[in-house]
Amino acid sequence: MDPRPAITERRLAGVRRILVVTGGKGGIGKSSVAAGLALSMARAGHRVGLLDLDLSCPSAHVILGIGESTPEEDRGLVPLVAHGITFLSMASFTGERAAPIRGSETSDALLEMLAVTRWGNLDVLLVDSPPGLGDALMDMVSLLPRAEFVVVAGPSPVVLAVVRRTLDLLRRVDAPMAGLIENMRAPADPVGAIAAALDPALPVLASVEFDTGLAASVGDAERLASSTFMRQLEPAARALVPAPPNGD
Amino acid sequence: MHEWALAEAVAVAAAEVAEQEGIASAHSLEVHVGELQQIDLEAFEFGLRLICQETERLTEVVPRLVIDPARLACRRCGHQWLLADSLTALSEDEREAVHFLPEAAHAYLGCPACSSPDFETVAGRGVSIAGISA
Ligand SMILES: Nc1ncnc2c1ncn2[C@@H]1O[C@H](COP(=O)(O)OP(=O)(O)OP(=O)(O)O)[C@@H](O)[C@H]1O
Ligand SMILES: [Mg+2]
Ligand SMILES: [Zn+2]
Repeated sequence: MDPRPAITERRLAGVRRILVVTGGKGGIGKSSVAAGLALSMARAGHRVGLLDLDLSCPSAHVILGIGESTPEEDRGLVPLVAHGITFLSMASFTGERAAPIRGSETSDALLEMLAVTRWGNLDVLLVDSPPGLGDALMDMVSLLPRAEFVVVAGPSPVVLAVVRRTLDLLRRVDAPMAGLIENMRAPADPVGAIAAALDPALPVLASVEFDTGLAASVGDAERLASSTFMRQLEPAARALVPAPPNGD
Repeated sequence: MHEWALAEAVAVAAAEVAEQEGIASAHSLEVHVGELQQIDLEAFEFGLRLICQETERLTEVVPRLVIDPARLACRRCGHQWLLADSLTALSEDEREAVHFLPEAAHAYLGCPACSSPDFETVAGRGVSIAGISA
């Protein structure tokens, strides 16, 4: 019998909200949005965690310019803190090497991280997810029953077709939806057009244009923080942090 | 020590099983420890005993640890091998990474026959509860 599932809920007991950034399609900005939301929330003074669950191709650390140092060991795994973000990524364990992790090993790695990581008290734990609707996404649905999903979508019909499948899947497993983030919108297109093409009932948390300057700020959190990308993402960051409880 | 976190998981899960099976006070608890995870057995056992002493239904338990040798199988050529034979190839940092997260082994180990990192852990990955009884 695997003892790890019995402890995961307890390990996340101090986390008020778990948000998984997904979308199904590759390269639509999931990692940029997850990292950007984490940075924005942390700079606004919230206690934020970021868990990169793209096990084979982690990139949140690249976007935020976080080195590959190993987390501390103290009655569990204590994540690094960088730019005010409590951060855990497979990159801490695999460095720059390729690690093909597939099938049930994806669940094993995720369960292990959940079972031993001491996140402490967080307002939000953001989770970056790999492309695809397979192992990782279904594991998150099963192993993180409290998780709410933030769906990223872009304007291309190719992207929309995959995001539609993602929404279909999330609905069929009754996954709680936090809302939609439009990304890489053409400046000439109206806000809300991407959402309208998918599901008008989904709340649009932010609508982010294609930012030609974004590539230059990758790896530099200060520069990223002042980018157009981040400015347009900020409404989502504000909408997704839970309001402080009375007396907090 | 992250052994402590694993010991906590074992105690919480064992207490749940004891409750489900109507065991008011368990006396034996057999835990299998996979070689791949490179657990510090002394620290793990020490933690497990301490935590059990404080856990309802487990206060009388004497944990028994069994080490499972890790057996790996290549998904590319089918070759099977024992981790023990390739452990020495790992540096201290690499061992520590695998200790934290056994799946990190794919970054540092390859099949001895064809060098592919696409292998599966057939046995001996991590910690599991083999049995609990009154
Ligand atoms: N609004 C934007 N404007 C310009 N470039 C963007 C925007 N959003 C993301 N990008 C760029 O697009 C590329 C892919 O982004 P990112 O890695 O965040 O996508 P992803 O969905 O996480 O990809 P994967 O599916 O591989 O995990 C990156 O180079 C990123 O800098
Ligand atoms: Mg990504
Ligand atoms: Zn082989």
